Amino acid sequence: MIEGILIGLSAAVTPFNLMMVVLGCLVGTLIGMLPGLGPMSIIAIMIPVAIGIGDPTAALILLSGVYYGAIFGGSTSSILLNAPGVAGTVASSFDGYPMARKGQAGKALTIAAVASFAGGTIGAILLMIFAPALSTVALLFHSAEYFALMVVGLSAIAAFAGTGQVAKALMMTILGLLLGTVGEGALTNMPRFTFGMMDLQSGFSFITLAMAMFALPEALFLVMNPAGAVTGSSGKISGMRFSRAEARSMAPVIGRQSVQGFFIGVLPGAGATIASFLGYAVERNIAKGAEQEEFGKGSVKGLAAPETANNAACTGSFVPLLTLGIPGSGTTAILLGALLALNVTPGPRLMTDTPEVFWAVIISMYLGNLVLLFLNLPLIPYIAKILTIPRTYLIPFILFFTLMGSYLGKNNSTELLVLVGFGVIATFLRFADYPLAPLLIGFILGTMMENNFARAMQLYSGVDFILERPMTLGLLVVAALLVVLPSFRSYRARK
Amino acid sequence: MALDRWIALAFIALCCVFGYAAFFTMDDQLPPILRRNPVWPSTFPKILSVVGVIVGLIVLFTPKPELKDKAPKDGAIDLKRLGDYQIGQALGLLALMVAYALTLRPLGFLGSTIGFLVLGAVILGERRFHVLIPVAVIAAGSIWYLVQEVLGIFLRPWPGILM
Repeated sequence: MIEGILIGLSAAVTPFNLMMVVLGCLVGTLIGMLPGLGPMSIIAIMIPVAIGIGDPTAALILLSGVYYGAIFGGSTSSILLNAPGVAGTVASSFDGYPMARKGQAGKALTIAAVASFAGGTIGAILLMIFAPALSTVALLFHSAEYFALMVVGLSAIAAFAGTGQVAKALMMTILGLLLGTVGEGALTNMPRFTFGMMDLQSGFSFITLAMAMFALPEALFLVMNPAGAVTGSSGKISGMRFSRAEARSMAPVIGRQSVQGFFIGVLPGAGATIASFLGYAVERNIAKGAEQEEFGKGSVKGLAAPETANNAACTGSFVPLLTLGIPGSGTTAILLGALLALNVTPGPRLMTDTPEVFWAVIISMYLGNLVLLFLNLPLIPYIAKILTIPRTYLIPFILFFTLMGSYLGKNNSTELLVLVGFGVIATFLRFADYPLAPLLIGFILGTMMENNFARAMQLYSGVDFILERPMTLGLLVVAALLVVLPSFRSYRARK
Repeated sequence: MALDRWIALAFIALCCVFGYAAFFTMDDQLPPILRRNPVWPSTFPKILSVVGVIVGLIVLFTPKPELKDKAPKDGAIDLKRLGDYQIGQALGLLALMVAYALTLRPLGFLGSTIGFLVLGAVILGERRFHVLIPVAVIAAGSIWYLVQEVLGIFLRPWPGILM
C-alpha cells in the first residue's frame, strides 16, 4: 500500500495537477451554490474540459475537485438560504439554516467545511484500506436488502417528529411517497395518476419539490414577518469559529458518521442522500436530553452529522466504481463515462494494470478535501455576507434562484407553476406545524423502495424474502427500532 | 376546527382519490402479461392510500398535546394575528412568480427576469430605481451568460417574435 501511495503522490503532486485541484474545487463550489445544479450536472458539464486535458490522472483530479466542491457549494445554499439544490444536502439545512437565522452563518459554514473535510479524508483512508474487500460485500446486497435499507432510511422520519408529532410526520411521509408514485413506474412504464397530462408523465421533479418545501415557504415567511429575518443586518453575523466545547462534542459525531457514511456509500444506489438522513437520525437518537431537544433548532451535531456522512458516502461510492466498474450513483456513472473516454477501464484489473490512475484518484481525494478546506475557509466570511444584502434585494433573488433551480431541471415553465402550487401548500403545512422534511424523504426514497420491493417480490414470488434473507430481516428490525425507540423514550419521559 | 385538522381532512380526501384510482381504474390498462407479476403498478399506491387514510384519521382525532414550551418559535407566524403581517406583499410575490412562469418564453429570459427582479423589489418597498435597474440588468445578463454560454443550457434571451 505504501508503494501505491508513493505512486499516487508522484502522479498527483505536480504543479499542473495541483492547479487542476484548485480549479476543480473553485468551479465546483461556485456553480454548486446555484440551486438546481448538483455535482452530477457540474461534472457532466466539465467532462469535455477533462477529456480535452488528455492526461487521465489530471482529468480525474480535476473532476474529483469539482465533485467535492459541488457538494460543499450545495451545502452553502442549504445553510444560508434553506434552498437545498441536491438531495444529499437536504439534511444539512435542518440545523444549518436555523444556525444562520441565529446569526451564526459563518460558524455553520465553517462546521460544514470542517465536517466535509473530515468525512472525505477519513472516507479516503477507509477506501484505501477496505476497497478490495468491500467490493465483494457490496455485491451481497440484492433488491430485498436495498428495499430494507430504504425502509431504514424512511425510519429517519421519527427523528424529525417533535412532541406528539409522530403521526403528522408519518402523514407527511405518506404524502411524499404518494407524490413519488405520480408518473411512469420504472418497472412497467405505465403512467400513474397523470390524469392525461403530458407534463406529469415523468413525475414531479425532486428539485421543484425541494425548493417548494424549503426555500419558497421560508422566503414567504420572511416577507410576511420581517421581524423574523436575519437578512439585511450585518451586525447579526457573528464570527466563523466554533468553541472548543463544540469541537469536542462534534468529534465523536464526525468519527461515527465518517465510518457509517462511507459504508452506506459503498452500496450501489444508496449514496449520500440516505447516508445524510440516516446520519442525522442516528445522531439525534443517540443524543440525550437538552442536546436532543437542540436538533432542528441549530445544533452543531445536527449539522456536522449529515455533512460528514454525505462526504464520506461520496468517497465510499468510488469503491464499486474503481474495483468493480459498477457506478453506484448518478455522479459516479458520469465519472465512469469520463474514465472510459480517457481509455481507462475501471474494474478489478485497474489496480494492477494502471496503478498510477487508481492511486492518483485516491490521493486527489485527500488533495481535493484539503484544498477545499483551505480555499473555502477564507471565503466563508464573504459567502456569509450574502445574508447582509437588504431584504428588498435578497428576497427577489432567493425567489429567482428558486425558480431557476426548478426551471433548469426540465427546461419547462410548467415546472414553475408546479413550484408555486406546492410552495403555497407547503406554506399552509408550515402554518399548521407539519414537519416538511419527512415529505421530501418519502418522495426521494419512495421510488427506489417501490422498485426494489417489486424486484424482490418477483424474485421470491411473494414476501418470503423477508424471512429467507437474514440481512433483510435484520435491517427491517433496525428500522422498527428506530421508529419505536424515540416514541417509547418520550412516552417514558412523559410518565 | 384547527388548520392542522382541515389539512388532515384534505389529506384523507386525497388518499381516497388515489385509492379510488388505484383500486378501480388503474389496473384496467394493465397488459395481460403483466397481470402475472406479484406486484402491479397499483400495488404500492393501494397500500399507501389505505395506510394514508388510517394515519389521516389518527391525526384528525388525536387530541393536540399540551406543549411545555409555549413561546413562539423564531420567525413563526401567529395565525390569529394574520392581519399584522405583510400578507399583501407575499401574495404580490406569488402572483409575480406565476407571471414570470407565464412570460418566460414569450418575453425571453432577459426581459422577464429583469421585470421579475425589479417588480419583486418594488413590491417589497424598494424605490431607488437608479440602483435597482442596473443591479437587475447586470444580474440577469450574467446569469444568462453563465447558464447559456458557459454551461451550455439553452435559455432564449429575447422574445420569441424577435428570434
